[in-house]
Amino acid sequence: MNAFKDSGHLLRLAAVLVAGILVFLVIRGFLVPKSFGEYGHYRGDAISDVAARPVNFAGHETCEGCHSDVLDKKKDGKHAHVSCEACHGPQARHADDPATIQPPKLDTALLCVKCHEANAAKPKSFPQVTSADHSSGLACDTCHQPHSPAISGETK
Amino acid sequence: MSISRRHMLLLLPAAAVAWKHVLAGTPESASNYTMSQHWWGMLIDLTKCIGCGNCVRGCQAENDVPDGYFRTWVERYHVTDYDIENPHVDSPDGGIKGFPPTKEEDGKNFFVPKLCNECADSPCTQVCPVGATFISPDGVVLIDKKYCLGCRYCVQACPYGCRFINPASNTAEKCTLCYHRITKGLTTACCESCPTGARQLADLKNPNDPIHEFLKTHSVQVLKPYMATHAKVFYNGLDGSVR
Repeated sequence: MNAFKDSGHLLRLAAVLVAGILVFLVIRGFLVPKSFGEYGHYRGDAISDVAARPVNFAGHETCEGCHSDVLDKKKDGKHAHVSCEACHGPQARHADDPATIQPPKLDTALLCVKCHEANAAKPKSFPQVTSADHSSGLACDTCHQPHSPAISGETK
Repeated sequence: MSISRRHMLLLLPAAAVAWKHVLAGTPESASNYTMSQHWWGMLIDLTKCIGCGNCVRGCQAENDVPDGYFRTWVERYHVTDYDIENPHVDSPDGGIKGFPPTKEEDGKNFFVPKLCNECADSPCTQVCPVGATFISPDGVVLIDKKYCLGCRYCVQACPYGCRFINPASNTAEKCTLCYHRITKGLTTACCESCPTGARQLADLKNPNDPIHEFLKTHSVQVLKPYMATHAKVFYNGLDGSVR
């Protein structure tokens, strides 16, 4: 024990070091969120934070729950696979409260050309018109019904 | 009873371990969505894209993307026969209002929608100094807004230019693949609003997902494969001039 005769100051230094490490661990326990490292080097709760955002587009399945009549009109037409909110816009609030929140009425003169105005960059097989020449200023829904746009007698 | 200094020192680590359990609390109740059962990506069929901008508008409406910034956007390519290496690309306002008429009809003209490529080896998550961006267990690159410092390393690291700094929060922002929707069984806002089905959300871990049949029967490419990012946004009909 002779070697440790005058080692009191070393032990005190070691005690300070150990106490320092413990204080660090306790403070770290408070500051690092409990979910950090749950899945990797990040806060696991961040995933549920991102997932908690409210939804704006209800999804066509939700629309079809009530508007089965429109689904019947659409199902054999060219627009069968165009989902409702592609034209009508995000309607989750309408789906939550259909009585008070009504989707805005659409103007076919503005709506249809968004897809169907002729443009050389569009796939050639996609139906396109030059609106100024095509309808001589008449609204599209004079002839075409948007939910099933083929004119009766025409091939769908 | 008195506790000696020696006993106190022995007790402290035990107390620290016990305290950690107190902080951890009870585990949260699990929803019916299991992250380990999904591996998300997207399929973009360029032969169907008409450049209407519905996806850009849908994304803006769903995710409150600030004006002038884009989580997804549409580019129009014009490639001439004599210079396929240098296509002319335009994307007025990200294509949010659609595109003006294409003037030069010679050569090739086509649209390319872009978004986060949800890389499985993402350069952006590797450079984050604070663990604020990461790949979730279901394969979506996400951002922890609370941890992000806004240092812009990730914005520079993304080879596809898919990140930006939100001017309001000063934190990095990007496409989340509508994580709040796909975890509820819905498709993304861009896929929901795409009128031609050019965009399809894909779950690569779901054996019944139509993506598997599509990948088997089509020549599909990812953007910048030489970057070895293992991107999970697959393009059908991708022209070699697309960067």
